[in-house]
Amino acid sequence: MNIDKVLAPHATALSLHAQRARLLATNLANADTPNYKAKDMDFKAALGAALKGGGGLRTTDSRHINPDGGVVASTRSYERISQQPSVDGNAVDTQVEQAQFTRNAIDYQASLRFLNGTIKGLLSAIKGE
Amino acid sequence: MSLFTIFDIAGSAMSAQNIRLNTTASNLANSETVSGSEQQAYRSRQPVFATMLDQANKAVAGVRVTGITTDNSPVQKEYAPQNPMADEQGYIYKSNVNPVEEMANMISASRSYQSNVEVMNTSKELMLQTLRMGQ
Repeated sequence: MNIDKVLAPHATALSLHAQRARLLATNLANADTPNYKAKDMDFKAALGAALKGGGGLRTTDSRHINPDGGVVASTRSYERISQQPSVDGNAVDTQVEQAQFTRNAIDYQASLRFLNGTIKGLLSAIKGE
Repeated sequence: MSLFTIFDIAGSAMSAQNIRLNTTASNLANSETVSGSEQQAYRSRQPVFATMLDQANKAVAGVRVTGITTDNSPVQKEYAPQNPMADEQGYIYKSNVNPVEEMANMISASRSYQSNVEVMNTSKELMLQTLRMGQ
């Protein structure tokens, strides 16, 4: 059994959730910046690409720099359409961003719980209790 | 760990909102200031926010204040010859601060500050839980 493979889906999801949290934090930070447009990422596509390993940069040599397991390169952000753009060109719906941030935090915790469960399962298997 | 950068992002936003609150406080404090000439009259100050792009990752960025602009709208001129600040014609010049606008600005800054504190707290919680992973 490959421990890496057992942990991989949730570990990747965790790192992608962290990345999305960063994007949403940026949106909330720039809620009053003129001409700023809210950004988000396609989580499903990013996770699919990261798990397949096809979407990101792949290293072909041990001396190549691995960009965070290929996760960073495989995610592209897109601009979210705002319901109420302001006069100064700012297009951030604070409420939407806050809701998404909270949801993302809960998803992160869910991934964390799955990981914890897997680790506990593995530990009890190793100890043979 | 990428959650760490959220502290920088939310922190930059909090400091920018803090500057905005400071200018609002300054504007409100000086809303009744009078002076002897149009040039010396207090003019409303407003910070200018801009996105601070991260060189490594273009998508995530904090906020910075690029400068403080002064409002160039005309100041109020009032005839008050008994005022010690009055000029030769007996006029004093009041500030061009709009208190209602400033109050709205203050509420908006305080709400934005709060939402960034919330972001920071949530991130801290997530990081602490991540540190406890496998225990």
